[in-house]
Amino acid sequence: MIYVVIAFLWAAIWLYLLLGGADYGAGIIELFTSKSNKERTRITLYRAIGPVWEANHMWLIIAIVILFVGFPEIYSTMSVNMHIPLTVMLLGIIARGTAFTFRHYDAVVDDMQHVYNRIFAYSSFITPLFLGIIAGSAVSGRIDPEATDFLSAYIYSWLDWFSVSVGLFTVTICGFLAAIYLIGETDSKEEKRMFVSKALKLNIAAVVCGALVFLAATYEQIPLLDWVFGNIYGTLAIIAATLSLILLWYMLYKGESKGIRILAGFQVTMILFTTTYRHFPNIVILKNGGYLSLLEHRGHDKSIETLGWALLIGSIFILPALFYLIYSFQKRKANVHG
Amino acid sequence: MDDFMAARSQMALSLGFHIIFACIGMVMPFFMAVSHFYWLRTKDEIYKNLTKAWSKGVAILFATGAVSGTVLSFELGLLWPEFMKHAGPIFGMPFSLEGTAFFIEAIALGFFLYGWDRFNPWFHWFTGVIVGVSGLASGILVVAANAWMNSPAGFDYVNGEYINIDPVAAMFNDAWFSQALHMCIAAFVATGFAVAGLHALMILKGKNIRFHNKAFKIAAIFATVAAVLQPLSGDISAKDVAQRQPAKLAAMEAHFHTEEAAPLILGGIVDEEKKEVKYAIKLPGMLSFLAHGDFKTPVTGLDQIPEDEQPPIAVTHYAFQIMVGLGMIMLLISIIYFVALWKKPEWLTSRWLLKLFVAATPMGYIAVEAGWTVTEVGRQPWIIHGVMRTADAVTPMPGIIYSFYMYTAIYVSLSIIVIFMLYRQIKMVDKLYDNQP
Repeated sequence: MIYVVIAFLWAAIWLYLLLGGADYGAGIIELFTSKSNKERTRITLYRAIGPVWEANHMWLIIAIVILFVGFPEIYSTMSVNMHIPLTVMLLGIIARGTAFTFRHYDAVVDDMQHVYNRIFAYSSFITPLFLGIIAGSAVSGRIDPEATDFLSAYIYSWLDWFSVSVGLFTVTICGFLAAIYLIGETDSKEEKRMFVSKALKLNIAAVVCGALVFLAATYEQIPLLDWVFGNIYGTLAIIAATLSLILLWYMLYKGESKGIRILAGFQVTMILFTTTYRHFPNIVILKNGGYLSLLEHRGHDKSIETLGWALLIGSIFILPALFYLIYSFQKRKANVHG
Repeated sequence: MDDFMAARSQMALSLGFHIIFACIGMVMPFFMAVSHFYWLRTKDEIYKNLTKAWSKGVAILFATGAVSGTVLSFELGLLWPEFMKHAGPIFGMPFSLEGTAFFIEAIALGFFLYGWDRFNPWFHWFTGVIVGVSGLASGILVVAANAWMNSPAGFDYVNGEYINIDPVAAMFNDAWFSQALHMCIAAFVATGFAVAGLHALMILKGKNIRFHNKAFKIAAIFATVAAVLQPLSGDISAKDVAQRQPAKLAAMEAHFHTEEAAPLILGGIVDEEKKEVKYAIKLPGMLSFLAHGDFKTPVTGLDQIPEDEQPPIAVTHYAFQIMVGLGMIMLLISIIYFVALWKKPEWLTSRWLLKLFVAATPMGYIAVEAGWTVTEVGRQPWIIHGVMRTADAVTPMPGIIYSFYMYTAIYVSLSIIVIFMLYRQIKMVDKLYDNQP
């Protein structure tokens, strides 16, 4: 049953990265859209993510519940040493969710819209940045549960070049996913062209940030190269991701707008796979060289057992409904929402 | 304020903020379902518009509730890591089920809010009902987890180790039913009175009277039925607390000395040093009756509880008095409303009845907040009753006070924006939802 629970944890993180990531990315794109195009981008964006955004963010809650029920020691260690970035991320979640809803449900459209827009766009950037920082810190080997002074326990546990690069990389990936997703959500040629150019820029940015991650890892003496290329599966995954990227641009050039989503999703999946595969079952590397392991630091058997059943039964209800929701609100079936 | 008090304050603030939105999320879908049902049945446009108007408000409040709930799932660990490390695997069952319920709620809400004219009308109506049912289920599950902290079950605590864990037994602890029942009814009372009060105010102002009358009636009926049921569930809760947490009951009643035929104390000022309540009305034997069902049985006083295991008395007592007092006022209004419905239809159009409802607008939510203060402060100094102290669970990180200030600033500004937006929604009813004079 422990493997069922771990599979769900991985799937929740994966889906959050894909769906939640595209959701954040939409805000990132809005942030980097020129003033003249902003209004139209907003409308497309709302039509695309309005009905599904709350469901997209449920994956984070599922992941966190799995962590505290199944792996309480990992959850509590991260909660203590990652207190500050987690808090910033939470503020981002509050700001973003409320601003997004407020701007579309405010009965009067006036200057408040600017406030909502600005909060929405900035928090869409900050939240995945800190999510990435937290993910990077988990493997950077800076978390020191024995530290007694404030700086090394609560600041340097996450503030280093590597974690920040991972944060930036996450932001660019989210933006890229969103651009690819939005290409298929609009009918206007001009808008399509805009999203294609955004996708290209974000793709380049992602490659640059990815390189930055490797540089920072070298600088911080984190053996990232070995983790990724030191085993055949990691290497294969990276090759597959690169090939699919080439295919993606070829398809985009041909004017395909739906199939590219699968390819973009595939790439992100490969990246997540590579970064988690090598460490499994360890998900947190501590400063003293120790690990927090999904197998060794799991909760009681009985808890894992019931958690596994709860997840299995829950997914019978959730998955069909979720697919139907996403399917129903695909662009082609949608009338413009009034 | 030290870090420990800051952590407790931040938790109280976050829960107190979230609970209002949680109640609305649990209850409003049912109001909408009724109005929606009338629209589908009668094809009277006003019901369609009412459902839409309410759903706009709910979308705002639901989003606020969803994000503040997400924050809470992290705050449990950020503020109380030692507690979550041990409690997570034991009382996690309701949380994992709640994850499912909340997920379904979010999916159903997507269908409901964006599904107008897009699906079979009854399927669309049904998704609205699902929002309510799963919201209610979420509420029950979260309260069951809280009940476990009051009434720990499903494990053995031996030499500082938590063994023989049984998550199902932990979920169905002794307190889950009475607490969940009391909370669900409270959500209907609070939301019902708040909504009814707002619409009553608009009727009094003479705006869109037909529209607001329909809205008022739906909300008022839910509210008053719930307000009549609530004292019964309160009685179940009181008897349960008397048995499981005598210290909490004693603090609620400011009952300092164990005695037979214990009196019920109404009002008064608590003097914790002299261990007495000044200027109070005392009803002899009533506390014994309420706690144990007869007028003689002794009720455990605070004198039988070691000092370091006593909750703050004054806060618990005052909060309890506020909750019960407001509950009684709402019960009275409900009875008047029923009399009006059955015997005195002329009252229904009278201004004084509407004014009563306007006055009661915030009462339900104040009572909910007071009730949670009783539950949470009354459990102190324990985070897991009799097993783990709150002070031992708090995060080692210093400077929580700043985190508390920041959350306070955020929640205060969010509250202001939400109130401002609801005000605008109501102001726009004229233009958006009801064009008839």
